[in-house]
Amino acid sequence: MDLVTPGFGLVVWMTISFLVVFFLLAKFAWKPILKSLKEREETIEDALEAAEKAKKEMRQLKESNEAMLNQAREERDLLLKEARESKNQVIAEAKNKAKEEADKILASARDEIKNEKAKAIEELKNQVAAISFEIAEKVLAEKLSDADKQKESVTNAINEINFN
Amino acid sequence: MSIVFALFSLTLPVVASEADTTHSGDTEEFKAGELIMHHVLDAHEIHIADGLSFPLPIMVYTQNGFDVFSFGNFWDDHHHPSKTYKSESTGNIYAYDHGHVSIVDEAGEEIAHSGWGVSDASFMDLSITKNVFGIFMAVALMLWIFISTARAYAKKGIAAPSGLQSMMEVLILFVRDEVAKPSIGKKYERFMPFLLTIFFFICIGNLLGLIPFLGGLNITGNIAVTATLAFFTFMLTSISANRGYWLHIIAPPGVPWWLLPIMLPIELIGLFNKPIVLCLRLFANITAGHIIILSFTCLIFIFNQSSGAGVAYGVSVGSVLFSIFMMCLELLVAFLQAYVFTLLSALYFGQAVEEAH
Repeated sequence: MDLVTPGFGLVVWMTISFLVVFFLLAKFAWKPILKSLKEREETIEDALEAAEKAKKEMRQLKESNEAMLNQAREERDLLLKEARESKNQVIAEAKNKAKEEADKILASARDEIKNEKAKAIEELKNQVAAISFEIAEKVLAEKLSDADKQKESVTNAINEINFN
Repeated sequence: MSIVFALFSLTLPVVASEADTTHSGDTEEFKAGELIMHHVLDAHEIHIADGLSFPLPIMVYTQNGFDVFSFGNFWDDHHHPSKTYKSESTGNIYAYDHGHVSIVDEAGEEIAHSGWGVSDASFMDLSITKNVFGIFMAVALMLWIFISTARAYAKKGIAAPSGLQSMMEVLILFVRDEVAKPSIGKKYERFMPFLLTIFFFICIGNLLGLIPFLGGLNITGNIAVTATLAFFTFMLTSISANRGYWLHIIAPPGVPWWLLPIMLPIELIGLFNKPIVLCLRLFANITAGHIIILSFTCLIFIFNQSSGAGVAYGVSVGSVLFSIFMMCLELLVAFLQAYVFTLLSALYFGQAVEEAH
């Protein structure tokens, strides 16, 4: 049992003890422990991976939602724009039509006035002619009897003419 | 290491008598070297404190047969191993002198001493010594700790660890992630049981050596223990080594042919150098730590002898402080040396299974 010379007994006992503890622990401790540790690590890794995947999917979902929302917004804007345009168009058309109608009415009114006027003038002409004939008849009749009476009858005839 | 704490907790006179018992009490002179070696080396008894020793069984295999008897048979009335013991079954007469059991004749002359074989002049000493007892204790502790840890894993499954399990998990993961994986590579799994066993055996062996009142165990500071551990590392390296590893030793690639006669011996020395260095490093580190702590304690008695009790009391303050510091350092070393031994073993395994590149 010296310091630097290994004792035979100790080497033998150490070898036996070490082999016993090695094989016992390898079978009953290290194997299950290392297996559990590995299992746990794999579970954690899987969970992390799944979380990452879920996060990615979530992001994709959000992105598609956003895209859909944008599209809807664009469509709405487009619809509004179209509506506004068609409204303006309708109004403009209505205005045009109204104006046309009004013009037509005005034109026909004018025509009628013209016709009426022409008719009135014609009638006036006829009446003036008739009256002139009557006056001329009366003047001629008066002239035939008396000079004063002629004068008087002309005056009377003129007074009798009612210009209306 | 128990002596260190015995010294701290008991008083000087008790320790002085302790010093006496270590060298047969024939003189009053205090010999620090003898006391230290006595506590660093293996023994056939577990010495708890002065007057409180447990004899351990002596088991010897001689050419006359197998003998088992208690070390207490050598004790005289003062617990000094000065008597001889005559075995009834084999007729051998055993004597004890300075840590060695030997077979003597009637006159007390040595006939045979313990060795590695059985012959006229040699017998095998398979005694359960202090260190064998310590190894059994370490083995029992390991079995208890790790089988209960394994049971905790079986019970909890993949749930978070708790208690002893969580403490051991840190160390197991350390060996796996910091030692095995980076040193060995992707083939690390098959070496894990061995690496974990040596790591915890060395660690527990180192720590047992620091526990006071255990008889001053010095398991990992014994060259037989470290040599056995290193031998297992060497064997496992050689068994698992691939073609490339041996090719590197016989004919290192890229070396000119005329250098090969020089390279082969160097490579062969390197092959055996590895386990020898492993063995010596652990042994020297742990033994040195024990010697330093014991030396600080012995300083008190050296001063007591040379300068009187007053000076010794003064010195004891410094000695105790330095011993406490050394104990803390040894706690670190206990883990560090276990780590170094395991790491180097893992590196050797890594070289042995390395893929050709």
